[in-house]
Amino acid sequence: MNLDLLRFSPGAYLAPVVDWLNRNFHPFFDAVTKFIEAVLGGIEAALLYPPPYAVIVAAVLLAAFIAGTRVAVVTALALAFCLLVGLWTASMQTLALVTVAVTISVFIAFPLGILASRYRNFEASIRPLLDMMQTVPPWVYLIPAVIIFSLGRVPAIIATIIYGIPPMLRLTTLAFNQVPKNFLELGHATGASPRSILFKIEIPAATPTLLVGLNQCILLSLAMVVLAGLVGAGGLGAEVTRGLTRMEMGLGLRAGLAIVAIAILLDRLSRGAVQRGQGTGAAKAT
Amino acid sequence: MNASNIDTNEVLVDCQSVWKVFGANAPEAMKAVVERSLTKKQVLQDYKCVVAVSDASFQLRRGEIFCVMGLSGSGKSTLIRLLNRLIEPSIGKIIVKGKDIAKLNPAELRKMRARNMGMVFQSVALLPHRTVLENAAFGLEVQGISKGERNRTALAALEKVGLADWVERYPSDLSGGMQQRVGLARALAADPEIILMDEPFSALDPLIRRQQQDEFRRLTKSLGKSSVFITHDLDEAIRLGDRIAIMKDGVIVQIGTAEDIVAKPADDYVADFVAGISRIHLVKARSVMRPVDDFKRSQPQCDVNALPQTSPDADIGELIDVTMQSDGNALAVVEDGVVVGVVTVRGLLRGVAGMPAEELVAA
Repeated sequence: MNLDLLRFSPGAYLAPVVDWLNRNFHPFFDAVTKFIEAVLGGIEAALLYPPPYAVIVAAVLLAAFIAGTRVAVVTALALAFCLLVGLWTASMQTLALVTVAVTISVFIAFPLGILASRYRNFEASIRPLLDMMQTVPPWVYLIPAVIIFSLGRVPAIIATIIYGIPPMLRLTTLAFNQVPKNFLELGHATGASPRSILFKIEIPAATPTLLVGLNQCILLSLAMVVLAGLVGAGGLGAEVTRGLTRMEMGLGLRAGLAIVAIAILLDRLSRGAVQRGQGTGAAKAT
Repeated sequence: MNASNIDTNEVLVDCQSVWKVFGANAPEAMKAVVERSLTKKQVLQDYKCVVAVSDASFQLRRGEIFCVMGLSGSGKSTLIRLLNRLIEPSIGKIIVKGKDIAKLNPAELRKMRARNMGMVFQSVALLPHRTVLENAAFGLEVQGISKGERNRTALAALEKVGLADWVERYPSDLSGGMQQRVGLARALAADPEIILMDEPFSALDPLIRRQQQDEFRRLTKSLGKSSVFITHDLDEAIRLGDRIAIMKDGVIVQIGTAEDIVAKPADDYVADFVAGISRIHLVKARSVMRPVDDFKRSQPQCDVNALPQTSPDADIGELIDVTMQSDGNALAVVEDGVVVGVVTVRGLLRGVAGMPAEELVAA
């Protein structure tokens, strides 16, 4: 028997699908591209048009207002670092890219995570998909993304979103499964509507774990930024790639540390904002 | 009982032959129980189902505290959750204020829970990210009552339980007893007629528990509320309950006043339970007295009208006090100016020892 006949090549089935999608849904993907480009362009322009020090001052004030003094200091240090290592433009591009990617990831992962905690079967059916999204090297799904959306920031963002969804989704499910049963019982016994139970009991009780999910989503998305450099999305990823291809240790290190600075900034800011939104009790509970 | 203008005969909750069977094959198991009257053990073996509550019937009347006493696994927690449909009964009817709660749609059910039935949990279940005031106002908040109004009502409820100075604190700042009072305030804030108490004081230490029991009874009576109170502690049931139901293996084995249960236990299980209970404050003159004629026959020289007098509702402790203050060995029990019976020292001793009432009369 010829073992070659048994060889399984999923690509042979997938490639036509991608081609078919590209051929028949081109206007749709085009619209998605244009939309994401527009949003990204807008955020980038807002960050890059004013002089850097003005952006830093604005960001620090915003951080102080929504998340407190400590976060404001972290914000100042992180942004000053990006400016001082001479990677301001690239840093702002990355910030825009990650902000958009994380926002979209959360908007997809959060409701699906809640559904997965409500319905066991749904959770069981998406689990292998999530495993795949997390373990298949992102380079692999970058290929169809580039075919469909062509080079640039959009395929990078799509790849980042795919990478960012699983941790947020899993931790949302975990967070909701961990809400103490007696709190839910309280909600039912008080005659609260499902909506009230969700917003007044479940989400506040789930917040600490949701924050871990958000943190993971941000950090993994930033890790993908390097990859974005490969497909021409610019930003710090492009600087890292340049450092690697030219064997410039200094550039690679500066870009790498700038990514760390952006990561810390986004994490502290999002965490502070969510906790502030919860009132001081959330800080106590965590 | 301060709120004397309420109709104590009105039935607020009527629980009619309610069963609850848990498990994957619950409907088949339930059918088998009804058709072939299987025992709990057989149901577990044949259907892998647990009978949590079997054929429970009782009525909660307006203004009374109805205690359900049972050990863990007796089905008492399931029973209380059937009353507000946190758990759906397998068969049987539960009528709350004349309405079959199984027939309520989700919105009506929420309204019934919000307006008619407050619940206090053993776990307290205070939301940690909310202040004491916000916790107490929770029930009103989910009913969509405006912030100013609900905070006023919640503050009034917190004042009733003596926590008005703690409104801005978080639950973690409070002791266990205080947390449970917030739980009670939260239930009272919505002003329900019925308060379901699911072992609320079980986790508290004995002294605090007793204070809370007295406070709860005082509050419930002064506000004219009715309550179903779950406990595993017979002392607590006797201290609080106007009537007590004893549950064992999902079955209500006896319902009665504390005196009924202590004086006339329905079976050996209940008798074992009440064996250690002091009867001094439970057994009343009415159940230890001898008929006047009977007394006159045995002691013809004694003038009944000259004996120290007492009322039929005086407990043994009071009877002992009155006997000790007099020279004689007998007391006359007077009701509406007529001597209805005589309590002798012998009768008192029998009452303390827990001898059945029939023998008392015969002696």
